[in-house]
Amino acid sequence: MKQQLVLVGNGMAGMKVIEELLALAPERYDITVFGAEPHGNYNRILLSPVLAGEKQPDEILINPIDWYAERGIQLHCGKAVTVVDRDARIVRTDCGIVQPYDQLILATGSLPFVLPIPGRDLAGVVCYRDLHDVEQMLSASRQFRNAVVIGGGLLGLEAAYGLQKQGMAVTVVHLLPTLMDRQLDATAATLLQQTLEARGIKFKMAVQTSALLGTERVTAVQFADGSSIPADLVVMAAGVRPNIALAQRSGLGCERGVLVSDTLQSSDARIYAVGECVQHRGQCYGLVAPLYEQARVCAAQLAGNSEAFYQGSMTSTKLKVTGVELFSAGEFQGGDGCDSIVYQDAGAAVYKKVVLRGDKLVGAVLYGDTVDGGWYFQLMKAQTSVAALRDSLLFGPVSEAEGGGQQAVLDWPDDKPVCDCNGVCKGKIVETIRGKNLQTLDAVRAHTKASASCGACTPMVEQLLAAAVGDNYSAPALPAMCSCTTLSHDAVRSAIREQKLLSLSQIFQTLAWRHADGCDKCRPALNFYLLAAWPGEAQDDSQARFVNERMHANIQKDGSYSVVPRMWGGVTNSHELRSIADVVDKFQIPTVKITGGQRVDLLGVKKSDLPGVWADLAKAGFVSGHAYGKALRTVKTCVGSEWCRFGTQDSTAMGIQLEKLTWGAWTPHKFKMAVSGCPRNCAEATIKDFGVIAIESGWELHVGGNGGIKLRGTDVLCRVETMAEVEEYCLAFMQLYRDEGRYLERTAPYLERVGLAYVQQRVVHDAAGRQLLAQRFRDSQQHFQKDPWAELASPASRERFIPIVDLS
Amino acid sequence: MLDSNWLAVGLLRNIPPQGSRVVRTEHGEIAVFRNSADEVFALLNRCPHRGGPLAEGIVHGRLVSCPLHAWQVQLDSGEAKAPDIGCVPRFPVKVVGGEVYLGLPAPTTSRARLNTVD
Repeated sequence: MKQQLVLVGNGMAGMKVIEELLALAPERYDITVFGAEPHGNYNRILLSPVLAGEKQPDEILINPIDWYAERGIQLHCGKAVTVVDRDARIVRTDCGIVQPYDQLILATGSLPFVLPIPGRDLAGVVCYRDLHDVEQMLSASRQFRNAVVIGGGLLGLEAAYGLQKQGMAVTVVHLLPTLMDRQLDATAATLLQQTLEARGIKFKMAVQTSALLGTERVTAVQFADGSSIPADLVVMAAGVRPNIALAQRSGLGCERGVLVSDTLQSSDARIYAVGECVQHRGQCYGLVAPLYEQARVCAAQLAGNSEAFYQGSMTSTKLKVTGVELFSAGEFQGGDGCDSIVYQDAGAAVYKKVVLRGDKLVGAVLYGDTVDGGWYFQLMKAQTSVAALRDSLLFGPVSEAEGGGQQAVLDWPDDKPVCDCNGVCKGKIVETIRGKNLQTLDAVRAHTKASASCGACTPMVEQLLAAAVGDNYSAPALPAMCSCTTLSHDAVRSAIREQKLLSLSQIFQTLAWRHADGCDKCRPALNFYLLAAWPGEAQDDSQARFVNERMHANIQKDGSYSVVPRMWGGVTNSHELRSIADVVDKFQIPTVKITGGQRVDLLGVKKSDLPGVWADLAKAGFVSGHAYGKALRTVKTCVGSEWCRFGTQDSTAMGIQLEKLTWGAWTPHKFKMAVSGCPRNCAEATIKDFGVIAIESGWELHVGGNGGIKLRGTDVLCRVETMAEVEEYCLAFMQLYRDEGRYLERTAPYLERVGLAYVQQRVVHDAAGRQLLAQRFRDSQQHFQKDPWAELASPASRERFIPIVDLS
Repeated sequence: MLDSNWLAVGLLRNIPPQGSRVVRTEHGEIAVFRNSADEVFALLNRCPHRGGPLAEGIVHGRLVSCPLHAWQVQLDSGEAKAPDIGCVPRFPVKVVGGEVYLGLPAPTTSRARLNTVD
């Protein structure tokens, strides 16, 4: 016998619970839904585009009536639940339907606030809340001329914009002297008012409405000072109140909203409540992102996951008025104990303010240029220290400014590719987001593959997602490692260190992993974190390594492998070349190529030949080049002072020395180095993770370069005089990156995340700290610097490279 | 169970947990997987996406992630995990007394029947 689940409220929050629940536990409940409105559920945040004529009502439907039937959900449309009998565990409607429940969800939303003034019942006076209101407003716009919107908040301005687009003469009436006072400071509000005035909307600020005049239909709005203005349509947009009437009648604990715990349960454990009707930790929310977060937790609870908790949301605001760019979040007003940093360009109507408390970003208001809104919001939610970014904070994330125009992607034609790895164009992404109602980046990745490979297009995909989902899209604060846990990479790392976890199974047990053996995303990361934290002690699990690191060769598109022997500093000799040639002949290797890192790549080696290839190469003195690993790859060099007429130092010897010190070291992602013998920089050291350039007085050290996914030139770390110093700084930097870089995070994004000043502090200014880091690197090399090829070429290990049995 | 030839293909302990071994057959390479719960599964060693060698993938739960483009294939059904769509032929497999037996289609059956084995 299935349990009976009843949902009261067929809106965005309630139906999100049902959708999530169907995905988690489709067979667990018989579901009945009551909705007061006579439709399937629709996306309320898109009402403004409907009013403005930019969308049709049927374009904002989330689930049509058929959708419910196909899933066996009983839907009662246009029926209002009037009674919840908690003793009998039944609900009753105004039309006499009686429905028993085992679990009940209240998602009754909110009600618009109607000013208690004379004339509020006249024809032509509407609220702005649902599709019916929008229809009334559209119908009035076809017959009448003068519209007055009471309320200069988010909703009021969107209503004003919509009505004006429908051809009405619109006046906005506001009680306070500035618009959107809950979201904007005075400067931004003034700019907004100027923009809207320039478009023809009139404003009457700091006035109190005292009455609506007229006999049958409204004709004018009267103010407390006795003045009045003509009106054929009055829209009340003075705020909303949680709709708690049913909950109160049913004896549930209520204050402003229905009181719920972190599990979204009301004072009756069988009754959950989500959405705008809810008060959680003192907060009521009216934006979609927090409602969806609540819905996800509620669904998980109903599916039997008692570990799912809602801990409140931080919200941000945008205005859905085409062509007006406005963003606000957090403590945007600033004030005591806060620092505000402000940028203002009156001519261009651009205003930016960020508010800091200590070294944390706590609020932001952007007007005119909101491209960086998401980034600020991210920094706020993650509570990242922005001390190092302070000087450049108002100019946004530097790399993205260089990457150029996130904004631009919205203007691209549909057939232009966004994700070049998987060949996914913009139209396909937008269509899939809309068609499947996707809400998260992960979902977009799963359904379209866009941003699922190299990740370079992630900001653009997020931008498309934000545009499609509505303006309340926000990326998760500190994303969980994967779907096996709610913990972030950083949280897991701290736990490994603090609790001295030494194996994957210990992590899975101690940190309550959802899947007994993790997944292909978390296992390789965790294996690295274990080795990095406890070299020599942690258990290395080869089954947690990606195939390349398990096979110690690079898997190619046809399932064959490529083998790259290490060639120290790019230097070789006739004996080595001859041995390689012999291996190529003996194993009939089809392709031999010089890599970009000055080595020889043997491509097309059969898996079963790998041990043989390695054994022969080992005989000639080669070790593995780790061309496959999240590890030190290569140290590129030029010929330096030994041969070059410009060379100032022996860059080749320096490169060989660095490679001999660091080969075999596991790092969060691949790690590349280069050493140039003079500032002409022939070894291209300025696009490497660690670059060294010889100068007359010694060496200039560079960090955080990337020639790959996103081109990034290095930052100069410092200058040093001796080779011994180069070594120490190099090892210290690698160790710092190994300690703090997240798995699959190259040094370039790592450096941008923590800031150059921080790295300089740790590696340059703090001499004792540097020595300690370098020493820790050397210590861990005792465990890591072993040639994997030598171990695997032994006859005992060869078994795993051949079929267990050959029946062909 | 369809009439099939049960063939001993080796000892369970020679297949690493959360890993696999390959059996070469006239039908192509078959990957025999062993997961962390010691369940054993057999799939054609060819990802439905671009033909990647599933045997080299990371095994987690009853899934294997293809090493080429990380498609996840269900070990017990051969189906790609949604939203990806595709299916790889699977083969009956059982463990008796520590020995792994693979059920190959009877000699009269053709390759065309590979998809229907169960």
